[in-house]
Amino acid sequence: MTEKSEKIKDIIRICILTAAALLFVAPVLIVLMNSFKEKLFITSEPFKLPSADTFAGLRNFTEGLRKTGFISAFGWSLFITVGSVAVIVLFCSMTAWYITRVKSRFTSFLYYAFVFSMIVPFQMVMFTMTKTANALSLDNPLGIILIYLGFGSGLSVFMFCGFIKSIPLEIEEAAMIDGCGPVRTFFSVVFPILKPTAITVAILNAMWIWNDYLLPYLVIGSDYKTVPIAIQYLRGGYGSVDMGAMMAMLVLAIIPIVVFYLSCQKYIIKGVAAGAVKG
Amino acid sequence: MRNGLKKVFPIFVLPTLAAFTIAFAVPFIGGIVLSFTDFTTVTDAEWAGLSNYIKAFSNGDFLNALWFTVKFTVVCVLTVNIIAFTLASLLTKKLPGTNLFRTVFFMPNLIGGIVLGYIWQLIINGILSYFGVTITFAAKYGFWGLVALTSWQLIGYMMIIYIAGIQNIPSDLIDAAKVDGASSWDILRHVTIPMVMPSVTICLFLTVTDSFKLFDANLALTDGAPGKQTAMLALDIYKTFYARTGWQGVGQAKAVIFFILVAAISLIQLKLTRSREVEG
Repeated sequence: MTEKSEKIKDIIRICILTAAALLFVAPVLIVLMNSFKEKLFITSEPFKLPSADTFAGLRNFTEGLRKTGFISAFGWSLFITVGSVAVIVLFCSMTAWYITRVKSRFTSFLYYAFVFSMIVPFQMVMFTMTKTANALSLDNPLGIILIYLGFGSGLSVFMFCGFIKSIPLEIEEAAMIDGCGPVRTFFSVVFPILKPTAITVAILNAMWIWNDYLLPYLVIGSDYKTVPIAIQYLRGGYGSVDMGAMMAMLVLAIIPIVVFYLSCQKYIIKGVAAGAVKG
Repeated sequence: MRNGLKKVFPIFVLPTLAAFTIAFAVPFIGGIVLSFTDFTTVTDAEWAGLSNYIKAFSNGDFLNALWFTVKFTVVCVLTVNIIAFTLASLLTKKLPGTNLFRTVFFMPNLIGGIVLGYIWQLIINGILSYFGVTITFAAKYGFWGLVALTSWQLIGYMMIIYIAGIQNIPSDLIDAAKVDGASSWDILRHVTIPMVMPSVTICLFLTVTDSFKLFDANLALTDGAPGKQTAMLALDIYKTFYARTGWQGVGQAKAVIFFILVAAISLIQLKLTRSREVEG
């Protein structure tokens, strides 16, 4: 193979990749473009740039914010996601350490129970879980954090256990001999070693909880809206959807995700790859 | 030391275990029990034997949803994995701009199902408007819309896994093949593909389970329309529960069947990965 034909092949490869990349960003750009158009023109000519006649300025955004209560939805989404992720990382790493280090029939039963929960689809427990949450007054933004801990513990405990098994016992025993109790040993010796797994667990859970629609809708949806609930709410019952407000809210929903993605891309891609291999 | 550890059970295990019991264990067992009863709320359940399961299977909506989901899953597995593998092999050739391309291809994976659904509703209705129809006009439009949406979302994810797999192939293996005069097609077929088989298994199953359990995007994109023709299993279960009074028991029975199908897929995956580990 000559060098010249390799070069030509490389140029073809870059062309294919560029075309694919354009196809990948186009949907988002089209939504962005339409968010500045008058709502009547969005369905009739979605692929045309806004013109002097169809340009709506920021009206779709103000309309959408008013109709959906997007700002408070954003606040609740942030509160629930950050709270749940913190609680999941903390408690699941502790649980995983305990059930890996204390060997008994009970802890191995717990391990298999957690692993089992990973393969159960949400629809299986959707109705009974909502009723349980209502009965125990967990149908509020604080209570839902507890539910996310319970529902997210399967994958998280499983991932932490996998990593803890590879930590040599000597490190912990040395700390114990030096007079550290179990709590101190965990927080000053074990947890720092777990950091890479903790980041993976945090990212996987954050992506799930931030985007989750059905669980928060069923548990707290009537009183508190998260971002996905606010967007679905625009569709309402029958009648026509305000496409202008819809486009504007989609843009507002995508921006924080893109910012988050670009700022911790390295961790996200690594975490997702690690999670896939283990899950 | 181990005894000292046992004392911290209330701090280390109890919170997670309590949450797990409330959010998962009790609802799971309750769900299985309720699938054999007639109920509208948990307290008025009456024993109904297998009648819910019989109703579920004789229900045209459910069978249609099952068939739709299976077709959808098969198509998605093909589109997602073929495109993801192609992109991954292009991105492991040390071309300029590789990182930028990777960033772009992965981005849709972070966008949630509801938002994805409305993005693609705009795009697909925009294209279909040239033919004077909308996505809810016929089931085939919804089907291909869901395929486009799911492919757009999952390709980047699978691509990342394939890239990791390809990068793990020792480069002397490829060099040796080149010295022996293998063409790039031969290298792909006899070196690259066999070496990335573990990644292929992972990606196939991730695509199968993700497509099979699709809900949010289905709700936002078509909501099952026209009629209930584009409702997948998860959406059909949801509608049986919340849009049809007196059918909660049937909804729960459908959910149990759904669970058994998903569990079966996971067990097959576990078996395949285990047996491959032994070979390796």
